[in-house]
Amino acid sequence: MKRILVALLFFAALIAVWDLAVRSGRWSAVILPSPVYVAEYIWSALLDGTLMESTWVTMKRLLIGYVAGVIIGLPLGLLTSTSQVLEDTIGALALGLQTLPSVCWVPLALIWFGQTESAMLFVVVMGTVWSVIIATDHGARNIPPIYARAARTMGSEGFHKWTRVILPASLPFLVSGMKQGWAFAWRSLMAAEIYVTILTGFGLGHLLHYGRELNAMEQVIGIMIVIVLIGLLADRLLFSPWERFLHRRWGTNVKAT
Amino acid sequence: MIQAAPKLVIEGVSKWFTPARAMVHALDDVSLAVAEGEFVCLIGPSGCGKSTLLDIVAGLTRPDEGRVLADGKQVVGPGQQRLVMFQESALFPWLDAFGNVMFGLKLRTDLTGKERRRIADYYLELVGLKKFKHAHVHELSGGMKQRVALARALAPDPQVLLMDEPFAALDALTRDQLYDDIQRIWMESRKTIVFVTHNVREAVCLGDRVVLMSPSPGRISQVFEIPVPRPRDINDPALGSYAYTIAAAVKGTMARQGAVSE
Repeated sequence: MKRILVALLFFAALIAVWDLAVRSGRWSAVILPSPVYVAEYIWSALLDGTLMESTWVTMKRLLIGYVAGVIIGLPLGLLTSTSQVLEDTIGALALGLQTLPSVCWVPLALIWFGQTESAMLFVVVMGTVWSVIIATDHGARNIPPIYARAARTMGSEGFHKWTRVILPASLPFLVSGMKQGWAFAWRSLMAAEIYVTILTGFGLGHLLHYGRELNAMEQVIGIMIVIVLIGLLADRLLFSPWERFLHRRWGTNVKAT
Repeated sequence: MIQAAPKLVIEGVSKWFTPARAMVHALDDVSLAVAEGEFVCLIGPSGCGKSTLLDIVAGLTRPDEGRVLADGKQVVGPGQQRLVMFQESALFPWLDAFGNVMFGLKLRTDLTGKERRRIADYYLELVGLKKFKHAHVHELSGGMKQRVALARALAPDPQVLLMDEPFAALDALTRDQLYDDIQRIWMESRKTIVFVTHNVREAVCLGDRVVLMSPSPGRISQVFEIPVPRPRDINDPALGSYAYTIAAAVKGTMARQGAVSE
C-alpha cells in the first residue's frame, strides 16, 4: 500500500512539473500541450473507439509476430547450444542480426511484401527471433552440468531429459530471453507502424505518425503514454507471474520483508 | 568370507584423459570385487582416480580398457540399478523436495502414481524430512539437501548406491549426524555402497573395507578390512587405530609419488 502511494505521488509530481512548465508560457501549446489536453485526447479517442481499434490491430500483430518468433527461436536456440556446427552457423547469424536495429528490416519488408500485414509481421519476427535464439542458447549453456549428470544416472535420456531437465533448468534464462524478445518485438512493430502505412489496419504507430503530420502534439504524447502503459501491463500479465515463480523456486531476489 | 557371486566386479579398468598439454593416466589396471550388501570406501589423495572409477562404475564414463560387471552383466551406460550421489546435492530447483524424490520414481514404468507417492513419502520420512516435503530446494540447509539427495537416490530402489564425497561440503556436526543416518539406512536396506572420500576417519567409520588408491597412475595400493561392529561412532577409539594405520599408508603413497597434499 505504501509502495503504491509513493509511486502515485511520484507520477503526480511529474505531471505537476509538466503542468507548471506549460503554464510558464515559455513554449507554445503546439509544441508542449497541457496534460489536460492530452488527457482529453485519450478520453475522446477512447470514446470514439479509435484507441481501442488501433490497440487491437497493434496487439494482434504483436502477438502473432512474437509467438512466431518464439516458436522459431526457442528450438533453434536449444539446437545451437548442443551442436558446434549449428553454433558456428545459425548462432553466428543470430548474433550478427541481433545487432541490426529492427527498423532496418522495414525497407526490405516493403519490397518483398509490399504494404501488407505480412510486411509488418516479417519485421516483428525478425526483431524477435534472433534475441530469443541467443537467450535460449545462452540459457541452455549455463545449466550446471551436474543436473544433466544426475538426470542421466536416474535414467533420464533424450526427449525426457530435454523436457524435464534442460528446459526447466534453463527457465531463468528463457524467461529473461522472452522478455527481451518481447521488448524487441514491441520496438520493431512501432518502428514498422510509424514507417509503413497499410490499409488493412491502423495501429498505434499510425496514430502517432498522424499526430505528427497534423501537428497534434496532444495526440502524439497521448499515444506515447498509451504505448508505455501497454508495455507495463504486458510485463505485469505475461512475465511477472513467471518471474515470481522463479524467484520463489530458485530463491533469487530475496528481499528482507 | 562372502560366498555369493560379487555384486560389482571391476576388471582391469584403465582410463586416460587427454587435456590440453599432456596425457594423464587416470586409472591403471584397477580390479576390485564388491560383494552384495557390502559397504566399500575408496580413499586416496586427489588425482588418484577414485571419482573417475566411480563414474565408470556408474556408467557415466567409459573405460579405455577393462570392464565393469554389475550382477554379471557388463555396464555400458548409466542405469537405475546404480544411482549416484554427488558432492553437490544436484537437486533440481524447479521441483520441491517431494518432486525431486519423485523424479527418478517417475522413470520407473512398473509403478502406479499412487505407489510412487507412497515410496517418495517413505524415503522422505526415512531421511527425517517428512515435514519439509514441499520445501523449495533453496530453503533447505546443506545437510537437508544431501538428505533429500539421498532419498532421491534410494527411492527407485537401486541395487548399488555410488556416493562421490557426498558429505565433503558439510560442516562437521551435520556430517557426524549423517554418518549415523547412512549406517542406519544401510543396515535396514542392505544396499551395496561404494563411497568415495578423502577423509580417513569417515572411511573407517563407514566401510566394511577401505580401498586405498595411489595417484599417477591411479592404482589400488592397499585394501583394509574394518571388522568393527555396527553401528559405529565416528569418535569410537576402536576406529582410531585403523584410521592411524590408513592415514600413515595414505602419507606413504603421497610421499612415494612426490605428490603435494591439498
